[in-house]
Amino acid sequence: MEKRVTFRGWLLPVLLLAPQVAVTLVFFFWPAGQAVWQSLFIPDPFGLSAQFVGLGNFEFLLKDPYYRASFVTTAIFSSLVTLISMVPALWLAVLADRLIKGSGTYRSLLIWPYAVAPAVAGVLWLFMFNTRVGVIAWYLGLLGYDWNHVLNGTEAMGLVVVASSWGRISYNFLFFLAGLQAIPRSVIEAAAIDGARFWKRFWTIVFPLLSPTTFFLLVVNVVYAFFETFGVIHTITGGGPQQATTTLVYKVFADGFVGQDLGSSAAQSVILLVVVGILTVIQFRWIERRVHY
Amino acid sequence: MKRTTYGLALASALSTLTVTAAQAQTEILWWHAMGDRLNELLDEQAAQFNASQSDYVVVPTYKGNYSETLNAGIAAFRAGEQPHVLQVFEVGTATMMAAEGAINPVYQLMADSGADFDPGAYLAAVTGYYTNTDGQMLSLPYNSSTPVLWVNRDLFTEAGLDPDMDLSTWAKVGEALDALKAAGVGCPLTTAWQSWIHLENLSAYHNVPFATQENGFAGLDTELAFNGPLQVQHIQALGDWARDGKFVYTGRRNEGGANFRGGECALFTESSAGYATIAAEAEFDFGVRPLPYWEGVEGAPQNTIIGGASLWVLAGHDPEEYKGVAALLNFLSTPEIQAAWHQNTGYLPITTAAYELSQEQGFYEANPGADTAIIQMTGKAPTPNSKGIRLGNFDQIRTIIDEELEAVWAGDKEAQAALDSAVERGNQLLRRFEQAAGN
Repeated sequence: MEKRVTFRGWLLPVLLLAPQVAVTLVFFFWPAGQAVWQSLFIPDPFGLSAQFVGLGNFEFLLKDPYYRASFVTTAIFSSLVTLISMVPALWLAVLADRLIKGSGTYRSLLIWPYAVAPAVAGVLWLFMFNTRVGVIAWYLGLLGYDWNHVLNGTEAMGLVVVASSWGRISYNFLFFLAGLQAIPRSVIEAAAIDGARFWKRFWTIVFPLLSPTTFFLLVVNVVYAFFETFGVIHTITGGGPQQATTTLVYKVFADGFVGQDLGSSAAQSVILLVVVGILTVIQFRWIERRVHY
Repeated sequence: MKRTTYGLALASALSTLTVTAAQAQTEILWWHAMGDRLNELLDEQAAQFNASQSDYVVVPTYKGNYSETLNAGIAAFRAGEQPHVLQVFEVGTATMMAAEGAINPVYQLMADSGADFDPGAYLAAVTGYYTNTDGQMLSLPYNSSTPVLWVNRDLFTEAGLDPDMDLSTWAKVGEALDALKAAGVGCPLTTAWQSWIHLENLSAYHNVPFATQENGFAGLDTELAFNGPLQVQHIQALGDWARDGKFVYTGRRNEGGANFRGGECALFTESSAGYATIAAEAEFDFGVRPLPYWEGVEGAPQNTIIGGASLWVLAGHDPEEYKGVAALLNFLSTPEIQAAWHQNTGYLPITTAAYELSQEQGFYEANPGADTAIIQMTGKAPTPNSKGIRLGNFDQIRTIIDEELEAVWAGDKEAQAALDSAVERGNQLLRRFEQAAGN
């Protein structure tokens, strides 16, 4: 006997799906298709003329060693942002989950940074680490460390990573906390009665049961690190020093919106789309297998 | 001075009233990138224009920084909603020029609308940047400045140096830096806009090409040429100073201004338009000198070139509206408006008459050094190397130059290697632009 609920006929399911499909077509497939189309041209900014160059834009980019180097920069940047925005969030969520008194206050406070716009967050962090007036740079100076992210690429990378991760910790915290609260208390209590200590319980019960949340956040944070971080980079380093913080998406923004080279910018976004697509497939094929639903 | 400000505010308030009262007037939209104080001054100009006649109403709108304003203008043009007048920074000049169907060149506009227009009234050193090789003015310079050397006189005195010492050449500056460093000054020299000052202006000032084809004026097939011996010598000297802690790099834009105004840096190469903020914030005795040059280079010092922005008239409007635009541009060029703008902002006047008016008003006696920039720019007639720079994809090329120079300041590259690399990378972008422009 068929146990699943099925629709009779096709009209109702199509109607129910239509809004979602329409939104996806208009806001995803249409612009993505436009980007692919534009990537085959070198247009003039005013849209007066366009030279068809076939795959010329891609050839130009992939031949450029500086563009290829920004793949490595992007990989480092994205891994660090994902790691730094998820690990502290999980830690904070575990702590907040154990609170009995005042947990509401803590939660509210921990969510605040998410309300700060990325570019504003960039400016805040820039001020704290400003080589001249920055509070943190000044304390580092007292400790004998000469902070200079204007010329030191490693420090610049560290700064944009922290600034990009900071607000995301709040976002991840929310999801982790919800995930933790969905874990049945009885399972944990049973383990506690059997003598499992906190960390033992965490690694053998909580963490595996939390894995759907963790996996979801992993995908979402990688996409965030790839696509939504150019505002922070733009305000803090502008991609420098040298090319230390020029990520793929920052270059799309800089070449397209600042430099008016729309053909190259479109080709870069197509490349970025492919890279993130591959990454997501990898995540779903290999990492998702280890997720317990 | 105070009284005129109140008068202007009143005029501005009155004109706001007239705007609502008389919709029959032709509207002229003016999109610009002047924020803060400059925005107020620009609004006053528009209000004065509106009060001066009754046929047109200029509506100025602030559209964000230079890149954002240019983007807004381009997006609006693509949507058929473009303003009449768009302020575009000097880096966007080649982009605008190449867009022949999108612009209405100023000389053409003036001829078509039958307005009085005498190109000879303008300072060639300023308008040259926006003039084609046939001597026709394509856009009207609005805010133009040129780099000068700012001096913290107090730090010189503390270091045991004469604040009036000769700083006309880079060799002399080098000696001063040695002494400042030895006296324990943490930041002997810093700069703003490194590509603009230390490569683009350096080249013009020594009459050597920054790029072939008259720095791009004579054709889109231009190639970068700033890896010559003079530029290498200069960048290497700065690199050596950076290594010894005599030149402190603070960033790609004008971040160094805070260091100078805060009294940390003894010398600062920055736009002459830095005057307003330095005068407002510096709590020390400061001076302004001409940009130094390297002795022994033939023809040096030639003249420096401008930075800033100009007003472009966009295509696709009615002839009647263009008459209003012509009237506005003529109004902005009058000596009174220009002299006030020059004196309030530190930007250069665009006409000889405005310069003379400022002299008559005794502005330069009251503000010693305020004419340094003008003298430095107009001392000699511009050559093909010192007229200006017109390169496509210039914004990205400047980024490449920034990256390569940072490699020198960090000690990762020698000057020659860095400049060679910048030229090679930049040339690829020039070829792309040539292709986009369809030539």
